[in-house]
Amino acid sequence: MSSITIDTSASRKVRDLLKYLIENGKIDAALTMRKIPENNSYDLGLITDASNLDEAVPLIPVMTVNAGHVLSSISTSGKKIAAVLKPCELRAFVELVKREQGSFENLLTISHTCGGVFPLDLVVAEKIEELLPKYEKTVSNGEVPANTRDTCRACEHFIPMNADITVSVAGECESGKGCVMYLNSEKAEEFTEGFAGERGELKFDPSVLKKTLDARLAEKDKLFASMTTNGPGLDRLLDTFGKCVGCHGCNSVCPICYCLLCDFESANFDYNLPYFEEHLSRKGALRLPPDTIFFHLGRLTHMSFSCVGCGMCSDVCPVGIPVAAIFKKTGEKTAALFDYVSGRDVEEPIPVMVYKEEEFPDIG
Amino acid sequence: MKTEFTPRITSFLCKWCSYTGADLAGTARLQYPASIIPIQVMCSSRVDPVFLIKAFLSGSDGVLIGGCHPGDCHYETGNYHARRRFAIVKSVFESLGLESDRLKLSWISASEGPKFARVANEYTEEIMKLGENPTRKSIFL
Repeated sequence: MSSITIDTSASRKVRDLLKYLIENGKIDAALTMRKIPENNSYDLGLITDASNLDEAVPLIPVMTVNAGHVLSSISTSGKKIAAVLKPCELRAFVELVKREQGSFENLLTISHTCGGVFPLDLVVAEKIEELLPKYEKTVSNGEVPANTRDTCRACEHFIPMNADITVSVAGECESGKGCVMYLNSEKAEEFTEGFAGERGELKFDPSVLKKTLDARLAEKDKLFASMTTNGPGLDRLLDTFGKCVGCHGCNSVCPICYCLLCDFESANFDYNLPYFEEHLSRKGALRLPPDTIFFHLGRLTHMSFSCVGCGMCSDVCPVGIPVAAIFKKTGEKTAALFDYVSGRDVEEPIPVMVYKEEEFPDIG
Repeated sequence: MKTEFTPRITSFLCKWCSYTGADLAGTARLQYPASIIPIQVMCSSRVDPVFLIKAFLSGSDGVLIGGCHPGDCHYETGNYHARRRFAIVKSVFESLGLESDRLKLSWISASEGPKFARVANEYTEEIMKLGENPTRKSIFL
């Protein structure tokens, strides 16, 4: 597989590639982060007209929605799409494809080494361009920017696992100059044929990001050790999830929670008078809306092993519950039961869909 | 007079093995505590993790799943799936500091009436040691 050396900023090179792909009819649409021209904010854009790509900022460390989540609804349209995805968005999409919620068939995936994203409240409050120079400097030094999402700071999967094209950004270069586009698949070679740039045979070497990995792992230990759910007893759980207002925002932004009708939003949870009467006869008081802790525990058992730690859920929580950190920590444990890493390989089956005859000798 | 704590153990028993095993314990007049509250399910894999959590949060002192022995499932593979899901729930409980000992899975075949009685007795004793589930008292769950 070959490589393309980037002679300009990495962001511009990716934008140029998307333009090239659209203008030459190789793809029908590009999915990329975009600067909203009318204001200082960003969104995820699906772009079919190359002239609209001028606003594209493919590598901006902002995630307004997990793009893997969005991709699941458009990847089966039959149109050819090039999608610029952060590593966790790609992993989320892999998890969705396993659940038959998307397809790689007409998709070219472009991903990059990721320095983490800014939380949305920061994106709203500050001018991101002003934060970028410091962010890039910190990332290229192999350090962890303190103002990124907590699960980003603790994320060790910042190198894309199975992208068609990997762009090295974090840790290698500041402005993007001297970065490399690695072509990892036949598809990537085919699509980029004729695209300008110095070709080489460079291979991506994860060991150059060892310092970043160590820093992230240290951050992860710190995060997991400081969590309010740590320690025995029901009280900590009540303290942590007791603030939940039951909006189910975490569920609706979660890329893994794909069920069209979530059990927790189904008629099973239509509360009625007999329910209230039964509960009140036992306890004399009832929290409304009911079952908020039940909801989180239910989600944890249903999908935590597939959690990619993107952090969307924490970002949208109106009462500041560290949902993502809890899911990441619990999810690592549940995934470890089956030696599973979410989004690692599209061929790797979801743990609850398969079994081994001999396992868990302590159970039963 | 202080009333003695009587545990309530919500028990999801597979129709083909464990529930029949419980019946056999009954017809054989084997003694087991009234703490076991049986709920018949068609297969141990019918027990969604949320059933366990709901029972736990609603104040069950223990939650028991009874299924066919591995390899003997009436639907061939249901109990293997049940075992994986149970392992996940246990792990979630442990990582959040909840008492995972209040959850139990046991393989009891239709012919194992004595085993059903033994499991019911032993598990009730274990739960007696753990005491009442704090979720019984907690209002704001």
